[in-house]
Amino acid sequence: MEKSMISGRIWVLTNNRGELIEDIDTDQIYHNAHLHITEISEMGQYALGNLKGWEDFSQKAQPGDILIGGRNFGAGSSRQQAVDCFLSLRLAAVIAPSFGAIYFRNAVNSALPVFKCPDLKEYVEKGKMESGDRIEVNYRTGEGTVVNKRFDFFVEPMSDVQEGILRAGGLFNYEKTLNTT
Amino acid sequence: MGKTVIEKILQSHSEGRTEPGKIVWVDLDVRSARDFGGPNVVKNFQREYGDAPVADKEKTFFTFDLSVPACTRKYAENQQICRKFARKQGIKVFDVDKGIGSHILMEEGLASPGKTVVGTDSHLNILGAVNCFSQGMGDVDITFAFKSGKIWFEVPETMKVQLEGQIRWPATAKDLTLCILKHMGTQKAALKAVEFYGEAVENLSLAGRITLCSMETEMAGITGFIPRGKRLSSEERKEFPRLSFSPLHAERGAHYSDECTIDVHNLNPQVAVPFSPTRVQSVSELKNIHVDSGFIGSCTNGRVEDFKAAAQVLKGRKVKPGIMLKLVPATRRVYERLLQEGILEILFESGAIVSNPGCGGCAEGHIGLTGSGEVQISTGNRNFAGKQGRGEIYLASPAVVAASCVKGRIASPEDV
Repeated sequence: MEKSMISGRIWVLTNNRGELIEDIDTDQIYHNAHLHITEISEMGQYALGNLKGWEDFSQKAQPGDILIGGRNFGAGSSRQQAVDCFLSLRLAAVIAPSFGAIYFRNAVNSALPVFKCPDLKEYVEKGKMESGDRIEVNYRTGEGTVVNKRFDFFVEPMSDVQEGILRAGGLFNYEKTLNTT
Repeated sequence: MGKTVIEKILQSHSEGRTEPGKIVWVDLDVRSARDFGGPNVVKNFQREYGDAPVADKEKTFFTFDLSVPACTRKYAENQQICRKFARKQGIKVFDVDKGIGSHILMEEGLASPGKTVVGTDSHLNILGAVNCFSQGMGDVDITFAFKSGKIWFEVPETMKVQLEGQIRWPATAKDLTLCILKHMGTQKAALKAVEFYGEAVENLSLAGRITLCSMETEMAGITGFIPRGKRLSSEERKEFPRLSFSPLHAERGAHYSDECTIDVHNLNPQVAVPFSPTRVQSVSELKNIHVDSGFIGSCTNGRVEDFKAAAQVLKGRKVKPGIMLKLVPATRRVYERLLQEGILEILFESGAIVSNPGCGGCAEGHIGLTGSGEVQISTGNRNFAGKQGRGEIYLASPAVVAASCVKGRIASPEDV
């Protein structure tokens, strides 16, 4: 597999009516009751623990899985733990139509691949993407495929900046690769 | 296609073409950290880079403005962590005597038209008032900025807001700002840069432009600009002695994601009611609301013009017994101008408490908080539940705060 490909099994964050959940905030992703935890390895068990219908996500998720969320994913506070809990579970990526601004920055800086996919809601409504499907995404071209349904889709390609930080393993490591004097 | 103001500034500080949606590396003219966020920047820096130097100590600053001088052990320790690091690195500290960091950057001319500035203050985008690109960021980003002199940034869309009409006393820049907030809410300008046009904003003093641009944060916007802002008057040059201000125009044919018009003819004094800066009503609808305390200051309304407006209302009058009016100048220079012009004496005579400069009164700082059930009328920018203690906060102009403290209930300057 090429290095610019990300692939995995998806979890589509839908409500009990089967609709993508919008405006999932950082308190639903990682509740403030667990903010005292500093070890990333311990954070995964609380991921989505405060999101109705998804409280058991951490038991279901496997390393390499991909999360599919609704518009304005990661709204709310600046808490880094809302990114770190997914790194803890070793998720491969998060895809959503849009993200909270600070959440997106935090994810990029921590080397969690995040993709914007404006038409995601339509894909989910039409049953083109369901939990358990396997997808592949080329983050340079933005071309994606739901492998088991042979359905092609697009995400916004990753910018050079985001890719650079991702390859370095985070913003601090990225700095160490720069030729600064 | 022409460029908007933010696209022009980012273009001149990055490589390649700048267009909305594209992430670029931005070269920074200034990176700063406060006594909140600053200690984490120091800890991150030392953990990741040990004793390595910052990229350019001449462009790196600490500004202490939150707890000044430190009123808790935690802040005392945190300020020391920053001071020790600054001494070792040769970084300048604008210490606890100086005032609000963002305002210091303008007075010192470090933030000026066309420059790029980041720091750990969520209202740092206030520097749009001097046509400077600026952004508040978290400690990870600012640590990286200290070390590399850069930051990545997604070029935002720009929105154009045209204001129709002029504003007249007793309406001021704050009333205009609250009127715009009522119109924009937290959705219309979200994640966008905004350019404001029209006489109502183009005739504002720099203090007035600061008021408007400071509350871009409450609109959930990236930053606001008033491209055709007036040049500084001789009075303003005394207040901002090192600032060289000039208009910064968008290019012909610049692309705007959306445009809107807001009518501000006959604007009356406005008040944002608890607990959102966008829940705005006219003073006339709120005149039966009793107040316990008032606050004038903050990065939004802490300039000489703001205290002059308060003094105009308070001259020869007294704050009603039992009511506490707290005044906090934005900077030491503002304090000095108030002394020199005799304004401080008028304010003191009215019975107000005047403290040293800083973020106190708006942030949880050196001039106290509100208690349960306390109703405060404030010139700050946020009235979220719990932000200034357990009380209920109403946001208004300095003139309305002063009048309300004389009357003991929410009042217009014309009521006293």
